[in-house]
Amino acid sequence: MDHFPTNWGRPRNDAYDPYGTYPIAHRPNNGPKDAFADAVQRTQQPIVTGTSVLAIKYKDGIMMAADNLASYGSLARFKDIQRLQPVGAHTVIGAGGDMSDFQYIQLMLDELIIDEFSAQDGHTLGPAEVHEYLAQVMYARRSKMNPLWNSILVGGVKDGKRFLAYVDLLGTTYSASTLATGYGAYIAQPLLRTAVEGKEDILTEEEAYKILEQSMRVLYYRDARTIDKYQVATVTEKGVYISESRRLDTNWSFAEGIRGYGAQTQ
Amino acid sequence: MTSIGTGYDLSASTYSPDGRIFQVEYANKAVENSGTAIGLRVKDGVVLAVEKLVHSKLLVPGVNRRIQTVDRHIGLATAGLLADGRHLANRARDEAASFRDQYRQPPPLKQIADRLGLYVQAYTLYSSVRPFGISTILGAVDKTGPALYVVEPSGVFHGYHGAAVGKGRQLAKTELEKLKLSELTTREAVKEAARIIYLVHEDAKEKEFELEMSWVGDETNGIHLPVPKDLQTAAEQAAKAALETFE
Repeated sequence: MDHFPTNWGRPRNDAYDPYGTYPIAHRPNNGPKDAFADAVQRTQQPIVTGTSVLAIKYKDGIMMAADNLASYGSLARFKDIQRLQPVGAHTVIGAGGDMSDFQYIQLMLDELIIDEFSAQDGHTLGPAEVHEYLAQVMYARRSKMNPLWNSILVGGVKDGKRFLAYVDLLGTTYSASTLATGYGAYIAQPLLRTAVEGKEDILTEEEAYKILEQSMRVLYYRDARTIDKYQVATVTEKGVYISESRRLDTNWSFAEGIRGYGAQTQ
Repeated sequence: MTSIGTGYDLSASTYSPDGRIFQVEYANKAVENSGTAIGLRVKDGVVLAVEKLVHSKLLVPGVNRRIQTVDRHIGLATAGLLADGRHLANRARDEAASFRDQYRQPPPLKQIADRLGLYVQAYTLYSSVRPFGISTILGAVDKTGPALYVVEPSGVFHGYHGAAVGKGRQLAKTELEKLKLSELTTREAVKEAARIIYLVHEDAKEKEFELEMSWVGDETNGIHLPVPKDLQTAAEQAAKAALETFE
């Protein structure tokens, strides 16, 4: 099992498939297996994957961003997938990793929210409860050697308290004022920390948005599993708002000057 | 049989010679002893209202609710045995969740009413169980628009524009018939529902009661919710004022 989200959807062996151009079926470790060799076969790799999710705390709450791509290996297979999902009135979750597992998680949480709603007891689930629930589910599934192959950010505001935390396929959890999953944990997290840490109570919505937009742009330049279409979720005391899809402005004129590979004659 | 009774009422699995099932009729008596519950299906939604009789001054206000929520868009009001109402509501929630699981969409109320009808009817078949001592009003806005159904202890269910069950159902029904239900808005229907419950309560000269009201429709974005406090208070005041001028 490959537990590094950054490797998901990428070739196992650079000597064999250095650019991740082989279809998944032809990749190393993915050849025909004897179905009876082991007693039971379970998820060994994600199939249709989402890449990074970014989130930060700001003055009025939390903001989260994820692009609209679901990849099939290195193929940009689905370009209109929403990877941010409201859960109840105070919480949003964003997922990287296997998109079918994410859809399953969405259904599971929807049922949970309906159960809580129909109790009509005056209580609602906040982000902390949703995160704890998810963490228990993820850990239980990994303990059955059958994980839900995702890394998920859970953010929200309830009773004046901001909440932002991470949970992944192993049931690992942590919390910070900036979080990023997948490739974003390497590329965007340092940028987010520089921009946000110590300023969580000062950053305005516009500033927070600028920070996320810039990080999404950097990721789009450097991560080969992104597209330039993304959505931003804002959770404040007023509730959850998920934006329409937005386009990143990017500039590729520098590519003209690149020498060393490709079809240049000199 | 013994000196008392004919013996045809000892089990819900026994007919009387003229084709009746006495245990089901007794279950209906249990419904008749309970505070009135009404439902109004109007232009843009459904309103449920219950006359909840308060049997002790020591009770905390607002407890023992008789209107329950089944799914985001489905409300359920019962008249009869409170505990039976809770049990059936739980069953309704399971049915709604199961429908969602199978079809990946919100259940139409007709499906839920149908499944609850089957469930209630099964309790008229065996000597080991008793029929449900409740009549259930189901209200929702689904893909077909506003919907209102009543499930009776026998397991039959019908769709209605306006429904009334419990002690004051006769008077409530005559009042409902006077309304142009398909032209009312839910906001107007809340006032009418409050007025009808106050009216049937006054008529029966009962002990204390609490008015319980919920609605689902355009006003609530298709979500089944309790009627907001200010609207409920206004409706109750209007209801009391209407009582003065009635007759």
